[in-house]
Amino acid sequence: MDVLDLSRWQFGITTVYHFLFVPLTIGLSVLVAGFQTAWHRTGDAAYLRMTKFWGRLFLINFAMGVVTGIVQEFQFGMNWSAYSRFVGDVFGAPLAMEGLMAFFLESTFLGLWIFGWDKLPKRVHLATIWLAAIGTNISAYFILAANSWMQHPVGYRLNPATGRAELTDIWAVLTNVTTLATFPHVIFGAFVTAGAFVIGVSAWQLARERETDLFRKSARAALVVTLAASAGVAFSGHWQAQLMTRQQPMKMAAAEALWEDETSAGFSVFAVGDVENGRNHINLQIPYGLSLLSTNTLDGKVEGINDIQARYEKTYGPGDYRPVVGLAYWSFRLMIGFGALAGLLALAGLWLTRRGRMPAGPWFHRAAVLGIGLPFLANTLGWIFTEVGRQPWTVFGMMRTAAAVSPGSDVGEVATTLVGFTLVYAVLAVIEVRLLLKFIRKGPELEDAVHEDEPALPALSY
Amino acid sequence: MELTTVWFLLIAVLWTGYFVLEGFDFGVGILLPVLGRDEAERGTLVRSIGPVWDGNEVWLLVAGGATFAAFPEWYATLFSGFYLPLFLILLALIVRGVALEYRSKSDGTRGWDRAFFWGSLGPAFLWGVAFANIVRGVPLDAAHEYTGGLLTLLNPYALLGGLATLALFTLHGAVFTALKTTGELRDRARTAARWAGLAALVLGGAFLLITQLMTGTAGTWVSVAVAAAGIAGALVATLRGRDGWAFAANAAAIVAVTVTLFGGLWPDVMPALDPANSLTVHNAASTPYTLGVMTWVAAIFTPVVLAYQAWTYWVFRRRLTVTR
Repeated sequence: MDVLDLSRWQFGITTVYHFLFVPLTIGLSVLVAGFQTAWHRTGDAAYLRMTKFWGRLFLINFAMGVVTGIVQEFQFGMNWSAYSRFVGDVFGAPLAMEGLMAFFLESTFLGLWIFGWDKLPKRVHLATIWLAAIGTNISAYFILAANSWMQHPVGYRLNPATGRAELTDIWAVLTNVTTLATFPHVIFGAFVTAGAFVIGVSAWQLARERETDLFRKSARAALVVTLAASAGVAFSGHWQAQLMTRQQPMKMAAAEALWEDETSAGFSVFAVGDVENGRNHINLQIPYGLSLLSTNTLDGKVEGINDIQARYEKTYGPGDYRPVVGLAYWSFRLMIGFGALAGLLALAGLWLTRRGRMPAGPWFHRAAVLGIGLPFLANTLGWIFTEVGRQPWTVFGMMRTAAAVSPGSDVGEVATTLVGFTLVYAVLAVIEVRLLLKFIRKGPELEDAVHEDEPALPALSY
Repeated sequence: MELTTVWFLLIAVLWTGYFVLEGFDFGVGILLPVLGRDEAERGTLVRSIGPVWDGNEVWLLVAGGATFAAFPEWYATLFSGFYLPLFLILLALIVRGVALEYRSKSDGTRGWDRAFFWGSLGPAFLWGVAFANIVRGVPLDAAHEYTGGLLTLLNPYALLGGLATLALFTLHGAVFTALKTTGELRDRARTAARWAGLAALVLGGAFLLITQLMTGTAGTWVSVAVAAAGIAGALVATLRGRDGWAFAANAAAIVAVTVTLFGGLWPDVMPALDPANSLTVHNAASTPYTLGVMTWVAAIFTPVVLAYQAWTYWVFRRRLTVTR
């Protein structure tokens, strides 16, 4: 493997790992803030205990999101210095804004929330968790604005003298239509993730008949959130697919293993492709599905890989402009599949718990616990799809990935850090899961409800 | 003032904020095995920075992001050139952050305390090494790519810089602990402050003097003097039991050290051994448009951030007592 391959693996591993924690953080921050608000409004101690129970799991997860996020910011310069030089004028701005507007807010107010239980008036303390949650969401917005610019560059010009991209319109970057479509998709996905987590953990507790009132309340709230967010994921995803068809036709074609331009294209369900010869051996399709998905019409034209390749060679010069088709195809399909299953699970859960009922059979409990993994798989596959589908470009139409890597680094260095990060991340993953399991088993603290005003050590502190 | 100057100053301010604030977090970590004789004491030490360390660390992330936005060439050269030291700093910050969050949630704290110690000691030393190299100048080619290796960075001057920041941050942690605790913990912290203060005076003094002779201007003589006075002031105030003054004096010393480094750097951001290849505030900067946009953002949000971070320190202003 050369420096390029190793750097790509490193970026892939560190990014996918980081994004295991981010959606849960985004979604849980709002759910916990919601539970605390419910306690504030109703005075029902069950909501306070829910806030602390879910809050503790949130913090365990949050810590990992923070520390892996530091790597994300620095590795653009470390491994992709040519990219950083080329786009820094444009790409750096949203990153810096994220730090100044969002990350400070999130970190500072989370510190206040954790340690401020007995030091702040109740109303102010409630505000701290909301500010932290808002910071988390704004943070996602700026990061997605930066990423969307790589997918669909806007608001810039290429300076022929310096050979780099220069910002000409910050509003165009911040209101990039790609960002406007991606942000709700990611945020809804985050709510599905947090929802499925709360549903699964609650179901596990309910199956053991522990704290049934508290966990039924948690589960119901999460079921509603998950179902609504699933609908949001589907609609925003549909919008994204339509944009993608126009902005990155090769990505859409690869997602569908569609080799030739087609009108009334079918949505592929299962295909076995022959990448070398640019065709499929087997392709099971839902008729008109793809045209409907990408153009909202039954006879819309969708471009195919071979035709786009020919067109791109004319525009950008000779080269292979196809991403890894098999990976794009399956990650896209499985993302949708796992996401849809999470939505169905929420629907089933709401039906089973309607009008005060408890799901009787163990199958729902088991499904709900397994269901925790569904959105994580969908999120991961979604990122793999959106990043792999953009290849061979780092910035679509402007800079190829091969040209973005740090020219000065050698294989030994990049291999060292790749192995180092992977090992540390693996160890921390084990520790994190064990901690989560420990506190899930332990359940909500009893004394929290009784001694809520006692100023001993704060329950969520170190 | 030119916007490139504004951003040079702003980045200097961000690093100053980072070193002043996270400096004492590092110091607390480094002193943890020395000051914390039992679990209750160690828990108290960790709680003294608990509410604020995460917000303090964000100063680094914003400094990094601001460098990317305002001086992309600097960001690219620095981070790809100092690849392995940065990797070590990142690993240290990862295990340190996780240790802080997980220590009380785990069954045993021993391993986490060790991670917290090394995760604090590593960056406290390596930031000094990194900045000494930036000020001294490194081999860069005409495309501003770093051409040296790891050993280029481990020169005696840079290692002295590392020891200087290590001593300074340890002192900062000691005076912070003295300010935030009571009883035996406070007594031990004051003893530690005396030793760390002497080390900071000797190592920091030698480092700043060499730096001044190498890159200094008339103006940086003032900051060198302020740094020395700050450390000495912290020592004197500690001896007299004036913890607040000791902390303020050492914070001023850290500000002065950072001013000396950035003052010697200007108008370069990363001097090369061959001056023709140096990165300056001009050839490393973003376009005036980007700098203008970012200036507006910084002008609006920096005061807001300072206000709520200051409020956090006000909320958690009381001394902690060890509860067994």
